[in-house]
Amino acid sequence: MTLLRRVGLALFAPVLAVVVALLISTAVMAALRVDPFQVFAVMLDLGDTPSQQVTAIVVVLNRAIPLFLAGLAVAVAFRMGLFNIGVEGQYRLATIMAAVAGAAVALPGPLHVLLIVVVAMAVGAFWAGIVAVLKVTRGVSEVISSIMLNFVALGLASFLLTGPFRGSPEGASIISTAEIPESGLLGGLNGLFDAIGLANPPRQLYGFLPIAVLVGVALAVLLGRTRFGFDLKATGLSPSAASASGVDARAMVVKAMLLSGAVAGLIGLPDLLGQTGAYTTDFTSGLGFLGIAVALLGRNKPVGIALGALLFAFLDRALVPLQIQQFPASVVTIIQGTIVLAVVVANEIARRLTRRSAERGGAEPSSAPEPGTGAVGPPGDASAEGRPSTRREVQA
Amino acid sequence: MRASARGMALLLAGSMALAACASDEPAGGGGGGGGGGGGEAAEELQIGLAYDTGGRGDRSFNDSAYAGAQAAVDEFGGTVQDLSPNADASNRADLLTQLADEGYNPIIAVGFAYGDVIGEVAGQYPGTTFAIVDSSVAELGQDNLTGLLFAEEEGSFLAGAAAALKSETGTIGFVGGVETPLIAKFEAGYVAGAQAVNPAIQVLTEYISPAGDFSGFNDPARGQILAQGMYDGGADIVYHAAGGSGIGVFQAAAASNGRAIGVDSDQYQTVDDPALQAVIMTSMLKRVDNAVQGFIGNYVDGSVPGGEDVVNDLQTEGVGLATTGGQIDDIQDQVDQYRQQIIDGEIEVPTTP
Repeated sequence: MTLLRRVGLALFAPVLAVVVALLISTAVMAALRVDPFQVFAVMLDLGDTPSQQVTAIVVVLNRAIPLFLAGLAVAVAFRMGLFNIGVEGQYRLATIMAAVAGAAVALPGPLHVLLIVVVAMAVGAFWAGIVAVLKVTRGVSEVISSIMLNFVALGLASFLLTGPFRGSPEGASIISTAEIPESGLLGGLNGLFDAIGLANPPRQLYGFLPIAVLVGVALAVLLGRTRFGFDLKATGLSPSAASASGVDARAMVVKAMLLSGAVAGLIGLPDLLGQTGAYTTDFTSGLGFLGIAVALLGRNKPVGIALGALLFAFLDRALVPLQIQQFPASVVTIIQGTIVLAVVVANEIARRLTRRSAERGGAEPSSAPEPGTGAVGPPGDASAEGRPSTRREVQA
Repeated sequence: MRASARGMALLLAGSMALAACASDEPAGGGGGGGGGGGGEAAEELQIGLAYDTGGRGDRSFNDSAYAGAQAAVDEFGGTVQDLSPNADASNRADLLTQLADEGYNPIIAVGFAYGDVIGEVAGQYPGTTFAIVDSSVAELGQDNLTGLLFAEEEGSFLAGAAAALKSETGTIGFVGGVETPLIAKFEAGYVAGAQAVNPAIQVLTEYISPAGDFSGFNDPARGQILAQGMYDGGADIVYHAAGGSGIGVFQAAAASNGRAIGVDSDQYQTVDDPALQAVIMTSMLKRVDNAVQGFIGNYVDGSVPGGEDVVNDLQTEGVGLATTGGQIDDIQDQVDQYRQQIIDGEIEVPTTP
């Protein structure tokens, strides 16, 4: 009963958000005289042949991996009430540095990839660290400084790409860094499809997938089951209370931002190591901002973020088949947008419901400041999360 | 109190994410030529067009490609399916593979940004004929892939020569959209053309955004600011190669009693505003429509070169100067002389500034 109730509460907000978003989108489509049911049918149709269906799955997964990492990066900071809007700049700068470092050396396979990953995380952490230092030493709002550092990062990346790090020949229409040698790239995972008896399309599944999963699991453990994760959340709920109980709130700001930036540094790597092999003028941009939406949708928990990333990637894939069937592609944009808005509203509703049920349960009234972003911990981590779950057990 | 502050912050973050999701792509790539999808005979021409960011409705580059494909359909029959990418254009390869999977043939990628992915896709679909506008394919080694290139520097040379001939102040300007090698070709030709007429001419050069930031092709406000600075600095004619930002250059010209040179299409005809029409001295034409139509014609004849670049230059009238409005009629003879000298090879036009 307790578990059921907790899972129900955790699922309530995102499911409500998606349902509301679908209802609103349906209404908008009807107003545009587009048949919403046909649109949904096209979205769900992955293709006729097995090869097309597997390609569709690969496309969704490949898109979801960077979105997942972006969501995680945003969520780490969100967990302690920090808004890291600078993920965009952090990953762009990290990706170009990692691309250059990877192209500059020749190492045996796994080491080479490891080096690239470490450089990317270090650069991302460094760029986010600037925000943290400004916040703890000068009290600068992390929202303002991280947004502004985005512009600096983009300008810097552009300067480096066209100046010292230019690896493409003069006159090539796409400017890029030097290519990372084969040993630094991650091959596709399509062998997996053969192994489980599915069709093997030419489109390759990114080799970064297992690393992203590993990062997700590591963060889930770190945030949900360690002292650090508890301190992080406690500081986010109330810095003064955390300080009183011996947590150095300022150090937590720095640690949270460094961790957030390090994860942000990974966002560009699935594309870099799986497809492009170099940072180019047309490297995918905007993932840092989409990460905010994904983190909101996933309520800052790795499993939720994974689902949110898959949902966004699934909607994105539908753009092409919708256009082929002569439907306006803006339908997808409308759905994505309404989901984000609905999530914000639904999170607030869920927060109030949680609080009300807690108060009815007769728990101490000081339970008020639950964050709208991630009140309920991952299911089953009662030990790390003492108070809220006891409260619910009392009620049950 | 605290909760509402947090709610506000969340809303802020949410709306930023929303802004990131939004794309300025016009009402969807639908509404293509014929009825779309199924039912056609196998030999019916099914043309696939994949745009880069901006999509159809840009009154310039993408629209010109569509016009070319539409003209080919008028000539040979068949249908056109055009696709726009998602907001961050990360699905370029998907657009091409989807078109190929759906049986579209030939498939034309509009924009050099496809240069990264089209070689791979062409290799995966050897039975489909591909072309890419503005990107060289010579080194990709795919027999089913043709590059449709333009000698922008030659057309820009004429624009520069015209500007220098018409300039009264001895100072002219160039506003580039994004600092890419492609736009640098425009600049190089323009400067060379101006200096061929008047070696002492001063050419002011600015780019709206740096490489990697494509906002410069769609930012009229900053185009206007840069051009205004040039007019204030003594320039009387400004040439823009900045796509959608060019309208800002025209507005600055109108505000300063200066003149401007358009790009890609005959902007005197497309600008839709008499006040701005008056300042457009000429336009450097880049006939993407002719190139696309010609390529489809070759496909129908079975005479696609394959694995090669087709360069559209002054000789093939792939680039040139527009004369609508009559503002350069008095110097037409001199412009024609330069044109002939370039075609004859007497003038080598540089491609980098």
